[in-house]
Amino acid sequence: MNAQQNSSTDKKGKPVIEIKNLYKSFGKLKVLNGFNLQLFEGENLVLMGKSGSGKSVMIKCLVGLLEPDSGSIEILDRDISKLNHKDMDELKAEIGFLFQGSALYDSMTVRENLEFPMRRHKNKVVIENADSLVLEALESVGLAKAIDLMPEELSGGMQRRVALARALILKPKIIIYDEPTTGLDPITSKEIILLMENIQEKYKTSSLIITHDVDCARVVANRMILLLDGIDYVVGTFEELQASKDPKVQAFFK
Amino acid sequence: MEKSPPFRENISAFFAEIGELTYFAGRYFREALSPPFEFREFLRQCYYMGNKSLFLVGVTGFILGLVFTIQTRPTLLDFGAVAWMPSMISVSIVREIGPVMIALICAGRIGSGIGAELGSMRVTEQIDAMEVSGTNPFKFLVVTRIMAATLMLPILVILGDFIALIGSALIENIKGDVSYLLYFNEVFEALEFSDFFPATIKTFFFGFAIGLVGCFKGYNSKKGTAGVGKASNSAVVFTSMLLFIIDFIAVFVTDIFY
Repeated sequence: MNAQQNSSTDKKGKPVIEIKNLYKSFGKLKVLNGFNLQLFEGENLVLMGKSGSGKSVMIKCLVGLLEPDSGSIEILDRDISKLNHKDMDELKAEIGFLFQGSALYDSMTVRENLEFPMRRHKNKVVIENADSLVLEALESVGLAKAIDLMPEELSGGMQRRVALARALILKPKIIIYDEPTTGLDPITSKEIILLMENIQEKYKTSSLIITHDVDCARVVANRMILLLDGIDYVVGTFEELQASKDPKVQAFFK
Repeated sequence: MEKSPPFRENISAFFAEIGELTYFAGRYFREALSPPFEFREFLRQCYYMGNKSLFLVGVTGFILGLVFTIQTRPTLLDFGAVAWMPSMISVSIVREIGPVMIALICAGRIGSGIGAELGSMRVTEQIDAMEVSGTNPFKFLVVTRIMAATLMLPILVILGDFIALIGSALIENIKGDVSYLLYFNEVFEALEFSDFFPATIKTFFFGFAIGLVGCFKGYNSKKGTAGVGKASNSAVVFTSMLLFIIDFIAVFVTDIFY
């Protein structure tokens, strides 16, 4: 099945991320076998797939942590394979990344964690307004009081929210969420999902959400992609995929 | 295909690791010499390594001086050469025992700390998070730590040597009724530039080895939390071995020139 062609979704606006025919192998293990993806401006695209299906490899290729064997990745109209180190770093400022385990720097306070990306990009205006930007980002996730705490003093849900604030600090155009609700209790998961919705509304970001959580996908997804056997097996809205008769697709919704 | 014997596998794994370590060291020099420089993080690491190791180095040095003097005294008394005590102790400590002992202590304190910290950052994706935020994690984490260890170790060794001599002077004062002033006069009379200079130069290499191996093990840590423990442990073991090799080379080279 050609997933992209079978999608009945209206594609509005221009893609902020476009992946074409992405291949990636580790030795004899073929992980991505011609994967395609388009993330449009302002949309929430959910990527689902079994463990080991290549979701993490795909996002690592997307943010430059891994180099694909072949295929093209365009982010904000820039082909990342043609960017030099400096331009790639500049592009990274346009992408916020929420890691599965939050990945807060545990030797730094919450404030320092949020200031870190700002100081890296050395934008004078941003650095001069660092305090207010940190506070604004923390307020948007409801954790302004935690500003001087260390990550170890925060609960799992709080850490995830601080990580979200860090992903937002440079006001990125795209946010990538890697399993945003994994390891959280159902109530905290709902809070994170609600936050994701609020953030998209407030900052008008485009979001790529990698998740196993069907409830999360139901709430946030404008479109969904199922990654199976290294390809974009099927693309559609949550309802379209849920109504699919394909047993491989149905397996995700049972 | 016939399976290689474990011994052969171990030998090839050992040389593969040496090759990777050499490549890692090469990358360190490349990154260290190209801007931007993470000066703030470098100072933070200097403070962390120096300040946090100070007490340990002080206590170790002091006890080293005490024990060395107590153990040596009876033999020198038997030969009627107890007047040589300050010269003998100072030359031994400054040339060899001080640098090696303190470097071994720092391999445990600093090397394992770096291995565990970077290993934990690797498995919790903090290093990936740095890279995604546009930071070169090698420059920020590895270069600063190796530089700080290279710079701080000589300072810690000089301090440790001095404290060891204070410990030795204390024993001589109690047991031999030698005044502190006389003891240190004898020490400074006995010590020559050729005792101090090569010993200090080799401590830079000791510091470099501690930082390099700690960073190498931690930065390349794999296999989850078990990998963090392994990184920390093997950083100490590998560094200790490397310290003795460096010491041997340093003594050999010194012997040629002095």
